[in-house]
Amino acid sequence: MSNDNPTDRNPCSYTLGGIEQGAPCCIPVPHIQVQDLAVSYHGKTVLQGVSLDINKGCITALIGPSGCGKTSFLFSLNRLNDLIPGSRVQGSIRMDGAEVTAPDCDVMALRRKVGMIFQKPNPFPLSIRRNIEMPLREHGVRQRGELDARVERALRDVGLWEEVKDRLDSSALALSGGQQQRLCIARALALEPSILLMDEPCSALDPIASAVVEELIRSLCNRYTVVIVTHNLAQARRVANYAAFFWMTERVGRLIEFGRCQSLFDHPSHDLTAAYIFGTSG
Amino acid sequence: MRKHGDALLTAAVWLATALVVGAFLWLLGDVVIHGIGKLDAAFLLDAPQNAGRDGGIAPILVSTLLILVVALAVAVPLGLATAVYLSEYAAAQLAKPLRVCLNMLAGVPSIVFGLFGNALFCVALGMGFSIWSGGLTLACMMLPLFIVTTESGLSAVSSEWRRGAAALGLSRAAALWHILLPAAAPAITAGLMLSIGRALAETAALIFTSGYVDRMPESLSDSGRALSVHIYDLSMNVSGGDAAAYGSALVLIVLILAINSVAVNLTERFLQARTTA
Ligand SMILES: Nc1ncnc2c1ncn2[C@@H]1O[C@H](COP(=O)(O)OP(=O)(O)OP(=O)(O)O)[C@@H](O)[C@H]1O
Ligand SMILES: [Mg+2]
Repeated sequence: MSNDNPTDRNPCSYTLGGIEQGAPCCIPVPHIQVQDLAVSYHGKTVLQGVSLDINKGCITALIGPSGCGKTSFLFSLNRLNDLIPGSRVQGSIRMDGAEVTAPDCDVMALRRKVGMIFQKPNPFPLSIRRNIEMPLREHGVRQRGELDARVERALRDVGLWEEVKDRLDSSALALSGGQQQRLCIARALALEPSILLMDEPCSALDPIASAVVEELIRSLCNRYTVVIVTHNLAQARRVANYAAFFWMTERVGRLIEFGRCQSLFDHPSHDLTAAYIFGTSG
Repeated sequence: MRKHGDALLTAAVWLATALVVGAFLWLLGDVVIHGIGKLDAAFLLDAPQNAGRDGGIAPILVSTLLILVVALAVAVPLGLATAVYLSEYAAAQLAKPLRVCLNMLAGVPSIVFGLFGNALFCVALGMGFSIWSGGLTLACMMLPLFIVTTESGLSAVSSEWRRGAAALGLSRAAALWHILLPAAAPAITAGLMLSIGRALAETAALIFTSGYVDRMPESLSDSGRALSVHIYDLSMNVSGGDAAAYGSALVLIVLILAINSVAVNLTERFLQARTTA
């Protein structure tokens, strides 16, 4: 079974047909087209043969056991793998018609377009305002008025404005974990990306903060293309329009099944998916 | 049984601390008691007389500070750049052997640096016994220590920030400037303090390079006697110079403490201003 091409049994690539349910975002227009992606560290392949189309304006959840390469997949979408010595990405990732893996890809511009949220909130040791302003300035936004407007809009988008508007100039590290994570999302949104990658964005948060962030992620649907890794299957079900299930065979991660969230969870077409979903959800 | 062990350990830790603190206080007390009598405005403002037994240490203070300024002006930018290169840019295969070399250099006895500085700066480069030669030799001596502490400070900065900055499309230079260097500032200050301490305490390397002329230097090409050299000379070569030696030692200690507290204060203020502005 390890030799199957995962796309062959892919019940739905972007030629999905009509929309049965979910937000109207899901007019399936591919935004990120991944073809035969492989990731290796120091010559050891950890992810192989991944092909899927991620649709514009939709939320796609990546699920699967620990170590199956979800983070590696996410990192290759914004070339964050470049930071890891010994890592190598093969295959093709097309985004808005441009090849992400090409050596001449403008990585800075790519990362501006593809925001990323990490598992552990990572606000910089700066004030709340400067956390958002500094990347904007680095990307050439200099006017005071525009900076202020963008900071406010980003903070409003994540529902943080009312909570922090009186202390914009105090340290971001004094915020609670949930607030920090929302600040990180605001920081990414301020750059006006079209794609957001999220690597277990709620798993370091308490249930209430997690619910707030989850609601925020749902609100991003339609406006951004979101790819979210989560170990919480219920959460994947709640937020995502599409789901991709990764699994390790012979210590190499592969994409086993990809499809509409509802159908993947209710009628998994692959035994492994069924075992994982029903096994872990009780 | 376990309770006894705990009590024993606590006692041992306290004893060790008391010994260390005690030894330091004794030393400090000795210097203060013997040196305080010498300390007045004239001591700081007058030139030494009678081989240093009388008069003051004004030219020696000036020479010391000039040597220190030359050393820092060279060592700090060079050291920062090297540390940044090692922690952020160099491939692991290169950084590792370089780190080993630096650690070895940091442990080389200062007399070796003195001979090296004499051969290179005084003789080969024709600078003779001068503040330049002394300052540059001290810079060579400080560099390994400063680089090692700065680099470990940079490496200790959370890689989450590094990754977060990259994910926002920031250039490496921007990440360094806005996040990494400020976050490593306390470590950089600590490295700087260690280096300054080592430089101000240095005698052997300076005897061979900046010399021991105790006149007021007129330029950086003049020879100048550093405080530590002065203390050494007074206590070893000048009979009846003990009081002046103690006075100079007290000035040296106060100088080091003052530089330390100013630097720590400035770093704290800088960090405070950064997080809240
Ligand atoms: N920097 C690295 N160097 C070497 N191997 C790595 C590195 N990062 C990840 N790996 C390996 O690649 C494989 C996939 O890791 P990855 O982090 O992508 O998995 P994951 O699905 O995100 O897991 P988790 O759910 O635990 O986050 C793992 O076997 C891991 O050991
Ligand atoms: Mg992961």
